[in-house]
Amino acid sequence: MFRDHNQHDWALCQLKRANGIVIFLFLIFIIPSLAWSKEAIPVAEDPEIEKRMLALTMDLRCLVCQNESIADSRAEFSNDIRREIREQIKANKNDQEIIQFLVDRYGDFVLYNPPMKPTTILLWFGPVALFIIGFGSLIIYLRRRRRQIEDVPLSEAQLKKAEALLNENKGKDL
Amino acid sequence: MMRYLIPLFAFMVLAAFLLVGLTLNPRQVPSPLIDKPAPVFQLNHLHEPDKVMASGDNLGKVWLLNVWASWCVACRDEHPLLVQLANSGIVPIYGLNYKDERTTAMQWLKRYGDPYTISIVDSDGKVGINYGVYGVPETYVIDKNGIIRHKQIGPVTVESLEKTIIPLIIELQKQA
Repeated sequence: MFRDHNQHDWALCQLKRANGIVIFLFLIFIIPSLAWSKEAIPVAEDPEIEKRMLALTMDLRCLVCQNESIADSRAEFSNDIRREIREQIKANKNDQEIIQFLVDRYGDFVLYNPPMKPTTILLWFGPVALFIIGFGSLIIYLRRRRRQIEDVPLSEAQLKKAEALLNENKGKDL
Repeated sequence: MMRYLIPLFAFMVLAAFLLVGLTLNPRQVPSPLIDKPAPVFQLNHLHEPDKVMASGDNLGKVWLLNVWASWCVACRDEHPLLVQLANSGIVPIYGLNYKDERTTAMQWLKRYGDPYTISIVDSDGKVGINYGVYGVPETYVIDKNGIIRHKQIGPVTVESLEKTIIPLIIELQKQA
């Protein structure tokens, strides 16, 4: 009896749950499609151009949100630059020309890969120089220390004392 | 003694670098266009859309090109200063209305005052790209030969006007 009742409850509960799931599914799948049934805007007319544009903008800095690449950024500035690059690709400019176009206007700062120049030597070689200085100092320090730590042989008396101490412990431990 | 002095010295060098770093503004990217000819443009006037202004029209005088938009909040901060500067008659200011709506731009000027000799319209921001605009407002000082001499990124301030822009304009006006 008790069991039956329980089972009945369980079935009811399942039914309710099923209902709930249907409503839930309805909510997440049907409602949005009713509300925003506008067709998705095509990302780009020409996937080839889009591919080149993306490859280029990956290595370009968005000047508005400086830690984002132009490819990643949704800033108005990046939208404009992407549009500009698309147009230039359509106009048969090569990658080098497009990058030069942007560098002429925004400076080397748009490049995530800075060019090798007198002003960027510290940027390029600074870390290596710091590493060499650090590593060199470490070697010098270690050598000097080795020279300082000399093996001082124990005197006869010290040896005997040590032996006595060792023998003393041997008996106790075992 | 030396073993205490070396870390102290290293610390002081580090602190000096960090201190200088605090005064730098990463938003201000130096423009490669300084001392280069101002990019050429031909744009329609804001108030009289059939009229065209070309960048070459201003050859022979020192002028300011101020990039502004009605949607730009910081433009409102600098605007009273621009109006004042225009009224002083030191230098003509030309407005590049950047990616804006014509009607709202004109309303904006009516409301906050119009310091511009002429406002020109760059609705798709293409001229803006040629000038390396990335944050409105920006102001360019252009000399008699059409060379960009200074770029102010962000709103002009009393300080930037008094210390940099106005002395530079007076200096440039003296040149032939």
